[in-house]
Amino acid sequence: MDPIIKLQDLSKHYGSQKAVNKLSLEINRGEIFGLLGPNGAGKTTSILMVLGLTEPDSGSATVCGYDATRNPILIKRKVGYMPDHLGFYPQMTGMENLRYIARLNGLDEASISQRTSTVLELVGLKDAGNKKTSAYSRGMKQRLGLAEVLIKSPEVIILDEPTLGIDPAGVKEFLELIKRLSAGQGLTVLLSSHHLHHVQQVCDRVGIFVDGELLAQGTLTDLSRELFGNTGLETVIQLENIPKSIDYLKRTFASNASIDAFDISGEVLMFRTTEDITPKLIRTIIESGEDILSVSKKEYGLDEIYQRYFENSNSKTSKGETGTL
Amino acid sequence: MTDTNKLIIPKVPSPFKVMAAKEITDLIRSWRFTLLLLLVFFTFAASMYIGVSNIRTVFNNTQDPDHAFLYLKLLTGGDGSMPPFHILLSFLAPLLGISMGFDAINTEMNAGTLTRLIAQPIYRDNILLAKIYSPIVITATLFFSLSLLMIGSGLLITGVRIEPQEVLRIMGFTLTTVIYIGFYLSLAILFSIIFRQPATSALSVLGIWLFFTVFYPMLVNLAVKAFMPDPAYLTQSQLMGYNELILNILRIAPNQLYSDAATTLLMPSVRSLGPMSMEQLSGAIPAPLPVRESLMIVWPQISGMIAFSVACFALAYYLFMRREIRS
Repeated sequence: MDPIIKLQDLSKHYGSQKAVNKLSLEINRGEIFGLLGPNGAGKTTSILMVLGLTEPDSGSATVCGYDATRNPILIKRKVGYMPDHLGFYPQMTGMENLRYIARLNGLDEASISQRTSTVLELVGLKDAGNKKTSAYSRGMKQRLGLAEVLIKSPEVIILDEPTLGIDPAGVKEFLELIKRLSAGQGLTVLLSSHHLHHVQQVCDRVGIFVDGELLAQGTLTDLSRELFGNTGLETVIQLENIPKSIDYLKRTFASNASIDAFDISGEVLMFRTTEDITPKLIRTIIESGEDILSVSKKEYGLDEIYQRYFENSNSKTSKGETGTL
Repeated sequence: MTDTNKLIIPKVPSPFKVMAAKEITDLIRSWRFTLLLLLVFFTFAASMYIGVSNIRTVFNNTQDPDHAFLYLKLLTGGDGSMPPFHILLSFLAPLLGISMGFDAINTEMNAGTLTRLIAQPIYRDNILLAKIYSPIVITATLFFSLSLLMIGSGLLITGVRIEPQEVLRIMGFTLTTVIYIGFYLSLAILFSIIFRQPATSALSVLGIWLFFTVFYPMLVNLAVKAFMPDPAYLTQSQLMGYNELILNILRIAPNQLYSDAATTLLMPSVRSLGPMSMEQLSGAIPAPLPVRESLMIVWPQISGMIAFSVACFALAYYLFMRREIRS
């Protein structure tokens, strides 16, 4: 099956600054793809290029079989986009805002009323539909944004930082809503975020995007294997006292081929090993006459993935932000 | 639901019409439009009152070649206690145009509604076109109804039949007013694209308006005093040449163009907007000109105003189409 979104070597510069550099990405139909990256990584710029709202300097974006630069109107008919800082006309009610967008999408009056109420119910704003949007909370606006995206019955929805500024309970609810919609209506979802935890809850696949470059993509398990598969495991052993025979221990560990690196500082021993040799280590230490207080194996979780990818970029991004102006 | 839509394709309004309808609704419901409407209406009512109360003396003043044009006199006549309607309008009209355009694009941009709008399947220029089309429709409706109101109440009060010529002149004057408003509107929209803050754009356009109405004539006067040689040493034709030059410099200001055009249209005996020599005047009977001739005189003024408006709008269009819109 052809991918519904296909980006090839997409690049965009602002002056001398590279916002997006040779981005190639394929997103399949019905998939939830998370674009993950710190602020200013070029996520918004990439999304704008996918929608044909910004011209790429080079490369091409194909969405639903149309070229984004040449046929943006056709794409916008099939793609719903929710920007990160979305606003509504405050003098109109939620329902009126929705109707306006529906009319702009060429829906006829008869189906508009039916569709708006369906969509409002879907996002859980049925009771607030007749309230002016100036009275909406951030979370309600986000829901209305989603309703507006859904009203045109899109094939793809693109959400830019959809979880920004909503409380944790709201985030969870919102993400579940997205997941349900994607499953129920076969929607393809592309969402960008700098919150790994949010992305992890819903996304089938994740792309890690730093400084305009896609560093890695795949499922989260793939990513963690790819990242830490060769760096090995970390074991931390806490002793009761400072070891008496440090030299002996050092010699023993150094001769062990499975240990890449180790560090003895006071009562704490740290090992980085290629395979799990914890029992062996414990035995060695006990045989040398030391008492062990605790042993802990370090697991590579989401935080580490995040850390690992972004630690290199944090120093660079502080120079200038391109993501959201 | 979507399947039935495919079978019967209903006729739906184009996105431009949808946007224009929404813009017009917003404008009519806005406070600032209500206030300006009241201002225009009071101005109109006051000048009409003065016009009507003086109409007997004005109409019987046979010295004035225009005295027989009752309805034009209603608009221009007065006892000097208040400037005539068209002069007041040359101040009010810019205000109307500016107030409806200064926040056209930047407010939507700041509120984040523009990003959502351009993500819909519409052409981007339709947004800008709707933004300029709606205020023009509103002002045109407003001023044409005011004119018709004036004609109608004049008919009721005086019972005098209106000349076709007067209808043409009054409609021409109204159209000129709408074009004049259109100029300030497109200028305001241009500034609303350039500046991100509505306050900045409003102040800038108001500054331009103030400059042209107040300071520009003063500056030209100063420059003339400084650079023009003593008139005593000039020949008649040189003096005429200088006069013409000064007038042309003054005509860079749109309000000068407007008041020139309005005066000529509403006072049929005005036969030239520049200086005239004695030779040109000799043998001329002080009589009203036909509509066609008056139109010939003001055509440069009107085309000048249209050109200004189009230039502003073209620049706005260029800037808006190339701009990257993100929230």
